[in-house]
Amino acid sequence: MMSPIKFYQTGTFTVGNRLLAPEQRSVQSSTERHNSLNSGHRACQGCGEALGARYAVDAAMRATNGQLIAANATGCLEVFSTPYPETSWQLPWIHSLFGNAAAVGTGIAAAMKVKGKKDVRVIAQGGDGGTTDIGFGCLSGMFERNDDVLYICYDNEAYMNTGVQRSSATPHAARTATTMAVGPEPGATFGQGKKLPLIAMAHEIPYVATATVADLRDLEAKVERAFALRGARYLHVLVPCPLGWGAASHDTIKLARLARETGLFPQFEAEGGEVTSVTQIRHRVPVEEYLRPQKRFAHLFAGAGRPDVVAQIQAEADRNIRRFKLLDEQS
Amino acid sequence: MLKQIEGSRAVAEAVALSRPEVICAYPISPQTHIVEGLGELVKSGALQPCEFINVESEFAAMSVAIGASAAGARAYTATASQGLLFMAEAVYNASGLGLPIVMTVANRAIGAPINIWNDHSDSMSQRDCGWIQLFAAHNQEALDLHIQAFKLAEELSMPVMVCMDGFILTHAVERVDMPTQAQVDAFLPPYEPRQVLDPAEPVSIGAMVGPEAFMEVRYLAHAKQLMALERIPQIAAEFAERFGRTTGGLVRPYRTEDAETIVVALGSVLGTLKDAVDEMRDTGARIGVLGIHSFRPFPLAAVREALQHAKRIVVLEKSFSVGLGGVVSTDVRLALHRLGQAGYTVVAGLGGRAITKASLTRVLNEAMQDKLEPLTFLDLDWRIVNRQLERERAVRRSGPIAENLLRDLGTVASKVS
Amino acid sequence: MLQIRIHGRGGQGVVTAAEMLSVAAFEQGRHAQAFPSFGSERTGAPVVAFCRISEREIRLREPIVEPDVLIVQDRTLLHQVDVFQGLKPDGWVLINTRRSFDELGLADIGARFRRERMTTVPASEIARKHLGRPLPNAVLLGGFAALAGMVTLDAVVHAIRDTFSGALADQNAAAATEAYDYVQNEIRELAHAQAD
Repeated sequence: MMSPIKFYQTGTFTVGNRLLAPEQRSVQSSTERHNSLNSGHRACQGCGEALGARYAVDAAMRATNGQLIAANATGCLEVFSTPYPETSWQLPWIHSLFGNAAAVGTGIAAAMKVKGKKDVRVIAQGGDGGTTDIGFGCLSGMFERNDDVLYICYDNEAYMNTGVQRSSATPHAARTATTMAVGPEPGATFGQGKKLPLIAMAHEIPYVATATVADLRDLEAKVERAFALRGARYLHVLVPCPLGWGAASHDTIKLARLARETGLFPQFEAEGGEVTSVTQIRHRVPVEEYLRPQKRFAHLFAGAGRPDVVAQIQAEADRNIRRFKLLDEQS
Repeated sequence: MLKQIEGSRAVAEAVALSRPEVICAYPISPQTHIVEGLGELVKSGALQPCEFINVESEFAAMSVAIGASAAGARAYTATASQGLLFMAEAVYNASGLGLPIVMTVANRAIGAPINIWNDHSDSMSQRDCGWIQLFAAHNQEALDLHIQAFKLAEELSMPVMVCMDGFILTHAVERVDMPTQAQVDAFLPPYEPRQVLDPAEPVSIGAMVGPEAFMEVRYLAHAKQLMALERIPQIAAEFAERFGRTTGGLVRPYRTEDAETIVVALGSVLGTLKDAVDEMRDTGARIGVLGIHSFRPFPLAAVREALQHAKRIVVLEKSFSVGLGGVVSTDVRLALHRLGQAGYTVVAGLGGRAITKASLTRVLNEAMQDKLEPLTFLDLDWRIVNRQLERERAVRRSGPIAENLLRDLGTVASKVS
Repeated sequence: MLQIRIHGRGGQGVVTAAEMLSVAAFEQGRHAQAFPSFGSERTGAPVVAFCRISEREIRLREPIVEPDVLIVQDRTLLHQVDVFQGLKPDGWVLINTRRSFDELGLADIGARFRRERMTTVPASEIARKHLGRPLPNAVLLGGFAALAGMVTLDAVVHAIRDTFSGALADQNAAAATEAYDYVQNEIRELAHAQAD
């Protein structure tokens, strides 16, 4: 149930509002929330992934009445949430390997099915590296079999846990340890990379959605929607990484919002391969406003800068806006 | 009930009788008939409740099994050769997490060069990972071992690999005695996990373990295998009592009591060896055979006990450690520490080269006269090896090795066997 | 122990033939082991399958290099592959062909072995008559049953019904029976010829 209440956000946002009926408040605003990713984990200050995971899994726990099992890929989330001998997770949780979260999820779902435990649902989660690269085969297999798993990708656009290396989700021109900001084509190469949400849609699975940590209600609503359905579902969450992006730790949510407002990160839902809803850009901004606060794009602005590259990035944003109708006047 | 069926079919039926709950299937020669058989049994409703999942790779197969097993389901898969290597990361993960998955490995050579025929290089490549490895000498044993494997795996919370020679056993049609569902149910109780993903009692499985505890966790896997050394013969004995035949166990000696020479081997070649040894015995040779059926845990004490009275030991193996020599030989040698016996390694049958009774007899006779080299390659064609080495000495751009050798051999199609 | 080697081409059911033979032996309470030569079996390529039959458990696992019986499903193999390699001096030979043994140009081969134990049967034709397609494998086994009764026709028919179902089983059984009669006749004539 998409929230009918719109909150105008000005640099911060409202988690709950005492003027709203309780059932319309966000999961996070409730004292009853599961806190599935409990405090005490070792994430960096301002970690978008820790935020996104807590939002998503708490929403999932509510949607499933706590009947939820999670499979987690290797990566930042897995590492900072389970520093031996502690764990932050308040639900049954397994970490197997880097590339197999989707397959492990498939196995858990199969076990629940064979045991007649229809109410117990499954999420598989991982970062962009574990999802779009090394986990791609298993993910596609889970999609095409329509296994009853919700896969959540926390996309911070690089292999952060190993020191910020390029993944196929790394945006063009971004500096990473393996796409250094040197030479005539600094940063990640244009013409490479892949968009997992579109690939997920191409599998024509029951549900695909994108969300960010800037839009809590939207994210929670999408998780809820996902659990109203059965079969293979995919949620792609943009989670800024202060360390890897070279941004201030207090800018995490702002950057996520700017990603949407520039058009660089389209926020939408799709069912069976067709787009069913799109979050409109409320107040469009040029990409530069999003890029400047991030040191991974600093080389585009240092000295004479690279206005040509910025223009290319702007063109990508323009294309997204056209393609997804992010500035539709009718809306 | 007695049946005349293909080895793969026998295994499929035995696995089905063991009431697996999740089966992951990815095709690879020569195990494919096993998962096809199981797929049919599930789809027809004969095997239920059971989820049969067509996965997209062997890595996925083991990963799905991991998820299923961790969630409390009895999980099974099968693979061989390249497939086993492709899932290697997950294979280590399964034993590291202590999940009682049972997997058939239809032993096949590993490329390059690509080869679909039998040898033991695949399971040998995973001998250190913590999986229990059992070897079948014939199809009756192959089917029996799967039933024993589920019991063993679940008791110890460790995964078990049942190894059977690809093609030689999987594709041979022979007589087997298939147990009834009631018999298997009485022997194999439902799976009760030691750890399970359950919303009612949440646990986290798969944490990172640093230097402070890794050695201890790893040792515990070893401790379980040491427990298996006890349990394997006990389970074989329980099985014998219920089903009326001896299969499995750690080792099985044949005519070794007064033997001066004992040949040690794994798998289907044991059959041919026994025939050869019977004939040699008829001429007065004091020779026997020791079959090793549990390769991991390696039964050091049982092997020592069976071999210590002999003068010489010949290890006949379908495995090869490039740069060293034998694989099984090394383990056997460890068991015979300080006994001062003569030891011979015979590497045979790599890539499916037939091991004939005639060749075995010849090489064993040489061994009995101590005329054998410490390391022998049975029926190796030294001509073409030397021709290739010369070729490489003569010219830099000597071309792909396999192609050169095949050309030297001439047309293979005209050969009968 | 009886060792049978079957030659044919991929797609002709050579492997199935060996398996059915093993089932027939099983029906008669014997131990039997059937297995293919494991080449890269594509349609048309030469294929070999083996069957061992014994009163006792069969432990040997090697290709059959000294067969007691040779069954050749495809006569075009005769001058391409040395099918007779290793055949025991008093071995049996059954070849699927319309032609006679001598017409096949095998007279000198016949001289090396026991001529009265080498015969032909037009299995493909018999198959075409009963099944509508020239699939000779089950048919040849009917012929094999007539070779010194190593396996009964009854057991062969049993094995056929085990492998095929419905009309196909009936047709194969009928074809195998016709082949049995044919070969039985051939063997009788050969014995008489030899006696003369």
